[in-house]
Amino acid sequence: MDVLTLSRIQFGATIAFHYLYPPLSIGLGLMLVLMEGAWLRTGNTLYHQMARFWTKVFALTFAIGVATGIVMEFEFGTNWATYSRFVGDVFGSALAAEGIFAFFLESGFLAVLLFGWDKVGRKVHFFSTCMVALGAHFSAVWIVVANSWMQTPAGYHIVGEGIHARAEITDFWQLVFNPSMLDRLFHTICGAWCAGSFLVVSVSAWYLLKGKHLEFARQSLKVGLTVALVSTLLQAITGHKSAQGLEINQPAKLAAFEALYETTSNAPLVLVGWPDEKNEKVIGVSAPGMLSFLTHNDFHTPVIGLNEFKPEDRPPVTPSFLFFHGMVGIGFALIAVAALGFLYFRKGTLPERRWLLWILVFSVLGPQLANQLGWFAAEVGRQPWIVYGLMRTPAGLSAVVKANVVLTSLILFTLIYSLLFAVFIYLLNDKIQHGPDDADLIPSGKLALPAKN
Amino acid sequence: MHLDLNTIWFILIGVLLTGYAVLDGFDLGIGALHLFTNKDEERRVMLNSIGPVWDGNEVWLVTGGGALFAAFPNVYATVFSGFYLALMLLLASLIFRAVAIEFRSKQPMRWWRQMWDVSFSAGSIVSSLLIGTALGNIAWGVPVDANGEFAGTFLGLLTPYPLLVGVTTLALFMMHGAIYGVMKTEGELHEKLRRWAMGCIIFFVICAVTLTMSTLLYVPHMAARVRENPWLFSVALANMLAIANIPREFHHGNDGRAFLSSCAAIVTLMALFALNIFPNLVYSLPNPENSLTIYNAASSPKTLGIMLVIACIGIPVVIAYTVSIYWIFRGKVKVDRMSY
Repeated sequence: MDVLTLSRIQFGATIAFHYLYPPLSIGLGLMLVLMEGAWLRTGNTLYHQMARFWTKVFALTFAIGVATGIVMEFEFGTNWATYSRFVGDVFGSALAAEGIFAFFLESGFLAVLLFGWDKVGRKVHFFSTCMVALGAHFSAVWIVVANSWMQTPAGYHIVGEGIHARAEITDFWQLVFNPSMLDRLFHTICGAWCAGSFLVVSVSAWYLLKGKHLEFARQSLKVGLTVALVSTLLQAITGHKSAQGLEINQPAKLAAFEALYETTSNAPLVLVGWPDEKNEKVIGVSAPGMLSFLTHNDFHTPVIGLNEFKPEDRPPVTPSFLFFHGMVGIGFALIAVAALGFLYFRKGTLPERRWLLWILVFSVLGPQLANQLGWFAAEVGRQPWIVYGLMRTPAGLSAVVKANVVLTSLILFTLIYSLLFAVFIYLLNDKIQHGPDDADLIPSGKLALPAKN
Repeated sequence: MHLDLNTIWFILIGVLLTGYAVLDGFDLGIGALHLFTNKDEERRVMLNSIGPVWDGNEVWLVTGGGALFAAFPNVYATVFSGFYLALMLLLASLIFRAVAIEFRSKQPMRWWRQMWDVSFSAGSIVSSLLIGTALGNIAWGVPVDANGEFAGTFLGLLTPYPLLVGVTTLALFMMHGAIYGVMKTEGELHEKLRRWAMGCIIFFVICAVTLTMSTLLYVPHMAARVRENPWLFSVALANMLAIANIPREFHHGNDGRAFLSSCAAIVTLMALFALNIFPNLVYSLPNPENSLTIYNAASSPKTLGIMLVIACIGIPVVIAYTVSIYWIFRGKVKVDRMSY
């Protein structure tokens, strides 16, 4: 394999593995704030026990997230040096801001969140939990700023020519709030909330099935299902907004997502299907006019097709289509699952519906899969560009790095990450099997003191 | 030398990397000393002495890398692609070290703990060596072509002088970590760490003297600025005094002051390094005209200005809560059920 393919596989694989963890940190961060906040508000120590239990799971995901995240920061320079020279002025700023505003906040207050239970008072601890969650959300902000700039560059101009050409900032706020940034940020964060809440839901449903830790499970489900329902619904709305933005900013990507070749009014939305690239059509079931309606709020407005673009400027259609439809399909299934769970929970009959509990147990895979597919769709759909319309992916490679070297590091990371994943699952399972600590029903140390008002 | 934006960013990145060396230096050092004891309880105490802070310490490296990317993208691109394999090894060691801290005490099995103890220690040792060797290469000079691309090989980076810098860095971190450990522990382990610290001080002094001699003999450009500006010799003098003060304070039982002296030794060493490479960031050997400097490798003045605003807002806040967190976790380590 050539250095381009290997570098793309390595970046894709390392970021996909990394991205199993940040959504959990962001989503569980929110759950921890809600649980600990509920404890402070109600004084119900069950919430304290929940916060303590999920903090341990949070710590596990956080550690791997940090360890695998440094790899990402280094890989821009190691494998995509030419890209780094081209965008450093713009893209580097976002990464540096992430370090200063997000990582320090997160890692600093994490110390208090994990080890400070008995050392600080309730309010200081709760404040630290909020700061950790905020830090996790901030890091999403800066990463999405950076990535969205690659999708919809703004606030820059090109200086120099040939190999010395590079993008320089002209307007920082235009760069930050580039056209796709807000929609994609909300979509990413809602995806992370789904990941966190469905993990809580899944583990709690499993406890109910096994008849263990019943009170804990019920209370966790209450918080988990509420967040799950809200975030899956928001996910549909933010996804819709993102897709509308695509038609304006990256029409080739939207056309590839729907495998729409001819620009058509009354454009159909593919519900289930498979793109047939040779004959330029889709085999499957479509809803006529729906794509036009969803993108333009009107059934008759034309949607731009792939044929408007030269073949070398089109994203690969089949993978874009499948990743996108996979994500959307899972997204809607999750809304249904969350709604059903919420409904029966409110009725109080959820514990009897074992089939639904089993679905809830496995629902944890849904957001993870959808998050992965969503990013695959976003990044594959951006091809053949590394920076949309400005730099093609092969042009971004490091000039001095050879294929055999990349192969070596790819093998190294594959081995390390397989080991990490196995250990993560083993320890996560161990924590879940062990369950919440009954000692946590009685807060100790300074936490035992009532909050001063 | 007037203070333009490029110089300010040279200093700021220096501050971030020095912060990294001072802070992560002691927890890499604790890692390097981890296998010196084979008692589970003592290993746990050592791990938990850095437990609440190691993660924040590592962020200094991440932010330093981000700042280098933003302020001097050409240096980031040349060094990271040029030192490819070395950096991949550094990443692997940092990963193992980080997850080992989290994983180790989660299971009681002996093999499990031994496995992660070895990962933690080996990861810390290899990281220190690699960071030092990279710095050594920047000091010695690396081949850079007319396009600013690295023109050497991986094996070409492993020459005696950079390796000596690597070993010195390891010795420095071990000394720094041992003194930190002495401050944070009590009882039998405290006495052990005291003995190891004395050993590490001797190890470091031997390395430091050897490094100083070889720098003066073989890397004259790394002493050029101090040679031309004799008043800068005060920095070298401060460095020597700081190092000499470590065993003195330690002998009197002033562990806190010994640790501060060790911090001062790191800061002055980094200052000497920075003073002598300035304004180069990557010194090109054998073609010095291809060197990457703070001017030909920098981002636009506009970006440097924006980044400076970000740094001015961010850094004071970071320092404020870093200090509060060290304050909350001050004193001797106690292992409890929340510990690693």
